[in-house]
Amino acid sequence: MSATEATPARAPGRPIRGPSAVGGDWRRLLQLTRLLAVTDFRLRFFGSVLGYLWQVMHPLLLFGVLYLVFTEVVRLGSDVKFYGVALLAGIVLFVFLSEATSQSVQSLVEREPIVRKIQFPRFAVPLSVVVTALFRLGPNLLVVIVFLLAAGGRIRLSWLELPVLIALLMILAVGLASLLSALFVHFRDVKPIWDVVLQVLFYASPIFYPITLITNDTLREVLMMNPFAAILQQFRHAVIDPSHPSAYEAIGSNALILVPLGLTALLAVGGFRYFDRKAPRVAEEL
Amino acid sequence: MNVAVSPALVVDDVSKRFRIPGERVHTLKERAMHPLRQIPYRELVAVDGVSFEVAAGEFFAVVGRNGSGKSTLLKCLAGIYAVDSGRMYVNGRVSTFIELGVGFNMELPARENVIINAAMLGLPPRESRRRLDRVIEFAELEEFVDLRLKNYSSGMLVRLAFAVMIQVDADVLLIDEVLAVGDASFQQKCFDEFARLRREGRTVILVTHDMGAVERFCDRALLLERGRPEMIGDTHEVALRYLDLSFAREQGAQEPEAAEAARSGDGRGEILEAWFEDADGRRAAALPGGERCSFALRTRFREDVEDPILGFTLQNAEEQTVLSASTVTLNPRLGTFRAGEEVTVRIAFDNVFRPDRYYATPAIAQAGTGLAWLDRRERFAEVVVTGTSRTEAIIDLPYDVALERSGVETPRSEVAG
Repeated sequence: MSATEATPARAPGRPIRGPSAVGGDWRRLLQLTRLLAVTDFRLRFFGSVLGYLWQVMHPLLLFGVLYLVFTEVVRLGSDVKFYGVALLAGIVLFVFLSEATSQSVQSLVEREPIVRKIQFPRFAVPLSVVVTALFRLGPNLLVVIVFLLAAGGRIRLSWLELPVLIALLMILAVGLASLLSALFVHFRDVKPIWDVVLQVLFYASPIFYPITLITNDTLREVLMMNPFAAILQQFRHAVIDPSHPSAYEAIGSNALILVPLGLTALLAVGGFRYFDRKAPRVAEEL
Repeated sequence: MNVAVSPALVVDDVSKRFRIPGERVHTLKERAMHPLRQIPYRELVAVDGVSFEVAAGEFFAVVGRNGSGKSTLLKCLAGIYAVDSGRMYVNGRVSTFIELGVGFNMELPARENVIINAAMLGLPPRESRRRLDRVIEFAELEEFVDLRLKNYSSGMLVRLAFAVMIQVDADVLLIDEVLAVGDASFQQKCFDEFARLRREGRTVILVTHDMGAVERFCDRALLLERGRPEMIGDTHEVALRYLDLSFAREQGAQEPEAAEAARSGDGRGEILEAWFEDADGRRAAALPGGERCSFALRTRFREDVEDPILGFTLQNAEEQTVLSASTVTLNPRLGTFRAGEEVTVRIAFDNVFRPDRYYATPAIAQAGTGLAWLDRRERFAEVVVTGTSRTEAIIDLPYDVALERSGVETPRSEVAG
């Protein structure tokens, strides 16, 4: 008896491929992403009575503190129209980016049981983290709109930019999430490093200070090269009030506006490609 | 689906290597400080040039010792590991069960877990919702469908996980040691279900250590040894070979000095070799319980010897003698043997011993006294008795049971052995 058998010349069926980021099946990827995201969301916010309330409260509390400090103590936003709403919008968008990325860092490692035991498109893991964060962004944005209308803001045609801006922010988040989750498989200090980066990003972005406050042109240009700052600034311009400079105006009305756009594209493509390269071996390297 | 013609699974010269780094760089900082340093690693070939084909509707076992690469092979088939070389093809939908209930979340009720688990195993979410009732019914957990899993007993969890696995309805099932969990009746239920799946033309590939299950349920088996295919074919032969491999190493490790020390006799005769044979007369390191087998002894005489007795005693691991047999029963006077003559004795017996490790002490003695050894080698050969018997008795004699009941007022049962 021979241990090997003759193998047929023709392909005798569907070839079995190893694991990959997408697995050539976008539908299954999206189904699983949705399933993972919905489950995660439910687990986190419906586990307790206050769960869902807290997730709306969290940015609002942060907003309350910052608002008091910067309007009553530092008197930052007195000359800015709808400073409070602009501050809240900044916090809400930043909380989204911060959550989507910091929770994606450990996502592959946390999902080790399924990664090592089931074949599925690996990209579903970081993607689902971003989608979960998106579920939280929705109600938070609604709060921003309510505050805006209550403060006297108007519904304007430029609100149509909102989906585009959210899409850009999400692309940025997905790129970072894939990069970070794949990096963390090898390098466990990615988490503390990223926490620091997020801290820096918070202060380097015009969240609690208006960008107009930066009078040094070079500094302002550098700050506005940060994709998050550009998206946030454009959001304020389009949604809150046209008196907030647009991203293009804030960077000095020149071609430098391509830098944050290019960085977003670079992070998205680079992050995905790194993840895609690492995906086939993730199961054995965890 | 063309189940009758094309094979369910084709594996063509598949190899899988793992890189095991000598030292692991765990931080980005270290990496950044030594960007060009090569990390030394050694390569472990887990699966090495394996080829086989599984027909549709076949129940195929992959067996091997620990670390032989069988689970790695299954993970390659499942698409969890990327292979380094070779090709694999499959016909139909594959489902993998490396573990029962993968992705179960203890905080969620059974209802949600079933849907998530089924979707993870490859069912579209809509389809898994549709099958929820059937899963719950199969698991007999209708009353607990809204209970969180953390409140489930382990038996309920296993039932639920198994029910999902069965209801996923894959064409090819890849199963790794799943049956090791659960009690005997659950395992039987598993195999009953597999038998049903097979009747429906589905294919099962099972990775296991349980040779009893392999022989009872599987059509063919593949034996892996150090990642290489050692043997493929009939389950009984593969099972025997597996047991040989498993115990060969331990046998070889026996210290020769200790064996020499336990040798006694005047040296007029010499025991050269002793071994066990299975029912078909092949040498075996393991014997299946309940079958005919024999002990063989090859000896040589150095001087002329008159009426020797050749025999052996068999002891179990607790050093209880369970069998003592010799040529005396055949003929107390065997006659004269010349110097240089070689004699091989075979003593056949029914293997009624319970699963355990046994040691044989062969001896040549001079008739009459019985204790005048020509040569006696203590614990010279050993054998493992395999089987599924769980008896507490030293031997596992086959027996019949009859039951007679009489009288209406006082129902009483009598058991006659």
